Amino acid sequence: MTGDPAAIVEDDLQAYVDGRLTGERLAAVEAHLAQHPDLRERLAIEQRQRAQLRGQLEAKFAEPIPARLRIANIRAARRHRWLRGFGIAAAGLLLFAAGAGAGWFIGHRSPDIAAAPATSAVAQNAAVAYRTYVVEVAHPVEVDAQHQAHLLQWLSRRLGKPLVAPDLAPFGYRLMGGRLLPAGSGAAAQLMYDDASGKRLTVYVRAAEGSETAFRFQHEGEASTFAWIDQGFGFAVTGMLPREELLPIAEAVYHGFAGDADTTRKN
Amino acid sequence: MADATALLEPQIPALRRYAYALLRDHDLADDLVQDTLERALARWTQRRDDGDLRAWLFTIQRNLYVSGGRQRRRRGPAIGLDEALLPGTAPKQEAALEVHDVLAALEQLPEEQKSLLLLVGVEDFSYDDAARILDLPIGTVMSRLSRARQRLRSIVETGKTTFLRRVK
Repeated sequence: MTGDPAAIVEDDLQAYVDGRLTGERLAAVEAHLAQHPDLRERLAIEQRQRAQLRGQLEAKFAEPIPARLRIANIRAARRHRWLRGFGIAAAGLLLFAAGAGAGWFIGHRSPDIAAAPATSAVAQNAAVAYRTYVVEVAHPVEVDAQHQAHLLQWLSRRLGKPLVAPDLAPFGYRLMGGRLLPAGSGAAAQLMYDDASGKRLTVYVRAAEGSETAFRFQHEGEASTFAWIDQGFGFAVTGMLPREELLPIAEAVYHGFAGDADTTRKN
Repeated sequence: MADATALLEPQIPALRRYAYALLRDHDLADDLVQDTLERALARWTQRRDDGDLRAWLFTIQRNLYVSGGRQRRRRGPAIGLDEALLPGTAPKQEAALEVHDVLAALEQLPEEQKSLLLLVGVEDFSYDDAARILDLPIGTVMSRLSRARQRLRSIVETGKTTFLRRVK
């Protein structure tokens, strides 16, 4: 606004339409408009259209954020692409390094997937499956939770183990559904859960050598996994949660399966 | 990086709104927002700590939109205005309904004017921020804003938007 400070210029009119004038300037514009009905009419239309545009876009703004745009999921997908580019051997090495960095691996161990203990392999399979499907928008699960009975019957038959869907409602997670996955020479089952904010976690089960092991924790990027082996099956719970939050969930899943299999193992 | 999730998520609804207003296609809009967020995460450490995160994100998204040739993909070719103005193609009844479809009318504007109206009028960016996002001098922003509103008015008044609805 150069020149005569009192003169009303187009910039003032735009600021008026945007409701950004205050005090004397607003009063000056209003006085000007009182004497120029044509201009007043024009600005009224512009204000109305501005409001209409906002109104038309309000519903879009209010929509819940879709899962694929959740930052945690975008990060998981980025890491996944990055790891895939590195190759599986390098990924195994990285996983090992992450474990070592977390002080979980003790002593000397070859960073070779084949030589890794069975629990580690289960954890890694579960983490890969997690990264692949947790970012999936259109088809996160093969069979959804509405067909839970069918889902569990089907997965149980393919795995050769009666499966349950552990109840994670106390942690705010509900079952979305599940899918069947290849795992070595056999099959694996993945159950997916989500919470009210769209955060997802998975429970992964497949046949594995061994009778029982302690919980093993693995952390890769933001995805944490607790894995264990019980009665010839490997289990893993994976989520984008810190260790202390994931642990009680893993314990609940352990008890869910152990109770169903009627085992008497003490943790 | 730890704070990226907490800082970025609150910005997503507005980014989706801007993307949808530009593209008028829900899936393409979310593709654009996803690309924006991925780029923001990749460049997170290069972000200036004192800079406005919201303006930074909108700058990224607008640049991706402009450089990505996303306009009208999947929507078929645009039909010239002359065809739209042929007599008899716009029943009066429909024209009356269309007066309120400012979002459809917006499509007739060049991208820069469209973005300007959205950034200032919907997203409530200051004129200075809008100038930075669009990489324009502030004086240019003010004159383009005025022109954009003038054009929008005339488009709605002459009922050209009726045509837009008919081709979708």
